[in-house]
Amino acid sequence: MDRTTTEWNFSLNVRAGILTVVLLALFVGLWEGLNRAPILGGGGAELSEYEQLLAGADETARVPPPSEIAVRAWEQLSDPFYDAGPNDKGIGIQLGYSLFRVLTGYFAAALIAIPIGFLVGMSPLAYKALNPFIQVLRPISPLAWMPLALFIIRDAQASAIFVIFICSIWPMLLNTAFGVAGVRQDWVNVARTHELSPLKTAFQVILPAAAPTILTGMRISIGIAWLVIVAAEMLVGGTGIGYYVWNEWNNLDLTSVIFSILLIGVVGMLLDLGLGAVAKLVAYQE
Amino acid sequence: MSHAFVEVQQAAKRFPGANDGDDLTVFENVSFTLEKGEFVCIIGHSGCGKSTIMNALAGLDQFSDGAMIMEGKEIDGPSLERGVVFQNYSLLPWLSALQNVRFGVRARWKDWDDARVTQHSLSYLEMVGLKDVVDRKPAQLSGGMRQRVSIARAFATKPELLLLDEPFGALDALTRGVIQDELIKIWSKDRQTVFMITHDVDEAILLADRILLMTNGPEARIAEAVEIDLPRPRQRSEIVKHPHFYTIRNYLVDFLVSRSGALRTADLDRRGLHYPESVNPVERASTAADTPPATDGQPASAGTRSDTLVTFTPKETHHG
Ligand SMILES: Nc1ncnc2c1ncn2[C@@H]1O[C@H](COP(=O)(O)OP(=O)(O)O)[C@@H](O)[C@H]1O
Ligand SMILES: [Mg+2]
Repeated sequence: MDRTTTEWNFSLNVRAGILTVVLLALFVGLWEGLNRAPILGGGGAELSEYEQLLAGADETARVPPPSEIAVRAWEQLSDPFYDAGPNDKGIGIQLGYSLFRVLTGYFAAALIAIPIGFLVGMSPLAYKALNPFIQVLRPISPLAWMPLALFIIRDAQASAIFVIFICSIWPMLLNTAFGVAGVRQDWVNVARTHELSPLKTAFQVILPAAAPTILTGMRISIGIAWLVIVAAEMLVGGTGIGYYVWNEWNNLDLTSVIFSILLIGVVGMLLDLGLGAVAKLVAYQE
Repeated sequence: MSHAFVEVQQAAKRFPGANDGDDLTVFENVSFTLEKGEFVCIIGHSGCGKSTIMNALAGLDQFSDGAMIMEGKEIDGPSLERGVVFQNYSLLPWLSALQNVRFGVRARWKDWDDARVTQHSLSYLEMVGLKDVVDRKPAQLSGGMRQRVSIARAFATKPELLLLDEPFGALDALTRGVIQDELIKIWSKDRQTVFMITHDVDEAILLADRILLMTNGPEARIAEAVEIDLPRPRQRSEIVKHPHFYTIRNYLVDFLVSRSGALRTADLDRRGLHYPESVNPVERASTAADTPPATDGQPASAGTRSDTLVTFTPKETHHG
C-alpha cells in the first residue's frame, strides 16, 4: 500500500515536472519562432500615428525574443550592483530599493496591525468601535493615498513606504483579529485554571493558537505589498524596480522591461516562499 | 456550622427564557459537601447541569444563586488549587506531551529550575505509561493517550481539588479500563480530593467513596448521596465479585432508569439549606428487604445475586 502511494506520488511529481518543462519549451519556442515577424507594427503594414510616435517604425517595435531576454538577463545578473548615475543603476540596486521599501513598510504595518488586531480580537467593544474605520479604510486603493502622502510627508521615498504600510496593514489586522477571536475557549480555560497572567496568556496561549491565522494574513500582505510597490515606484520615480520598468519603457528597451517583469515575479514568489516557511514553523494540527 | 473541605450551598443555574418566557432553571437548591481526600462522583442524565456545577467549582462559570466555599474561602475564580481535566482533553496542540505537562508544572512552581520542572513532569507522564511518547504532539497521540497527558498535567500540579468532567466519555471500553487503573494509581499516591462527573455506573462504583445522584433537568436536584463502602484498593476484575457490588449497582441503575425522572423535585426541597440524604444501598437492602425501593418490579435486594444484573448503558436514556 505505502509503496504504491509513494510511487504514485513520485511519478505524479515527475510527470508534472516534465509537463511544465514541455509547456515552457513550447511557449518559448513559439515566441522565439513567431518573433521573426514584427508584432507591434502589424506585419510592417501601416502604423497608426501613435505607434509611429512610439516606435517610429523602428525595428525595436518588436517584442524581443526569449534569446535576447536571456542575454540581457545574463548581463544584468552578472553585474547587478553597478551604479552609473541616476538613470542607470544595476538591477540589484533597483531591487534592493524596492525590497527595502516593501520590508520597511511591511514590518511597520506588522508592528501596528498585530497588537491592534490582538486588541480587536480580544475585546468585542474594541471590535465594534474600530470596525467602521477598518471597513471604510480597507477598500481604498493604496495608490489613492499617494498624493496625500506626498503632500504631508514631502518625500517620495517615505511616501512609497507609507503606501506599502497602508496596504499591508489590513490583511494582517483582520487576520490577527480573526485568529485571536477564534482561539478555542478550552485553551483559554487552560490558561485560566493555571492562573496565567493576561500577558502570559497572550504570549503562551493566544499567540501560538492564532499564529497560523496571523501568518496567513502576513502572507497576503506581503503579496499585496509587492504588487503595490511596482505601481508606487512608477508613480514616484527615482529608484526601485517599478521605476526601472517604467524607465526602460521610456527608453523603449522592451527586453529590459520583460526581463524585469520576470524578475518581479520571481522575487514575489521568493517572498511568499519565505513566509510560507515561517507559516510551517508555527503550524499545528488539532 | 459544618466545616467540610468544600461546601456548595443552595446553588442554582438559570438562563433567561426565550422570547420573554419564564427563566429556564437548569438546577436549583443544589447543596453538597466534599471531605478532604474524598473521591466523589456525580451521576445524572445529560443536560441536568453536571458540567455547569463543575465549571463553577473550577471558577470558569458562575451559579445564578448560591455559594461555594473551599477551606473557608469563597470560590470566585479559577485557581491552581483546583485542577481540571476536561472531557475533550484540552491539551495545547502546538506543545508536545511533555511541554503540555511542563506548562502546568511551570505555572504551579514558578521558582523551580527547568530541569526540575522537566523531571517532575516526566515522572507523572511515566505514571500514566507515556514515557516513550513524551515528545509527540497531541495530534500524534490516540484519544486515550491524550487523556492520560491531561490527567498527568492535572495531577502533576498537585491541586487540592481535582475536577474531572467525564474524562473517559470519549474512550472505548478497553482504553477506559486501563486509564481507570492509572487514575486509581495516581490518585492513591497523593489522595487528593476528586470530584468527577461520569455517566458510567461501574466506573463510579470503582472509583468513588460517594456518588451524588442528580435528578433529570430542568429544575434538577441532587437527590441522594450514595455511599460506596467497598474496600480499597479496588480492582476492576475483583470488585465485581464483592457481594455488595450488584446491590449498589442495581440501586444506581434503578435511580437512573426510573427514579431520576419520576422523583418530584419539589419533594426534595426543604426549607433552607439541605444536604442530600445519605444512602447506603446495602444496609437499605438488608433492613428493608420486604419494601424494596425499586419501581420496576425487581426488588433491589435480589441484586445481591450477580445473575440479576440490570443491563444499562447511557445510550438507553432519552435525555442525551
Ligand atoms: N446559554 C444557555 N442558554 C440556555 N440553556 C443553556 C445554556 N447553556 C447551557 N444550557 C443548558 O444547561 C443545561 C446544563 O448543561 P450541562 O451543565 O452541560 O449539563 P450536563 O453536563 O449535565 O450534561 C443543559 O440542559 C443546557 O441546555
Ligand atoms: Mg457535561
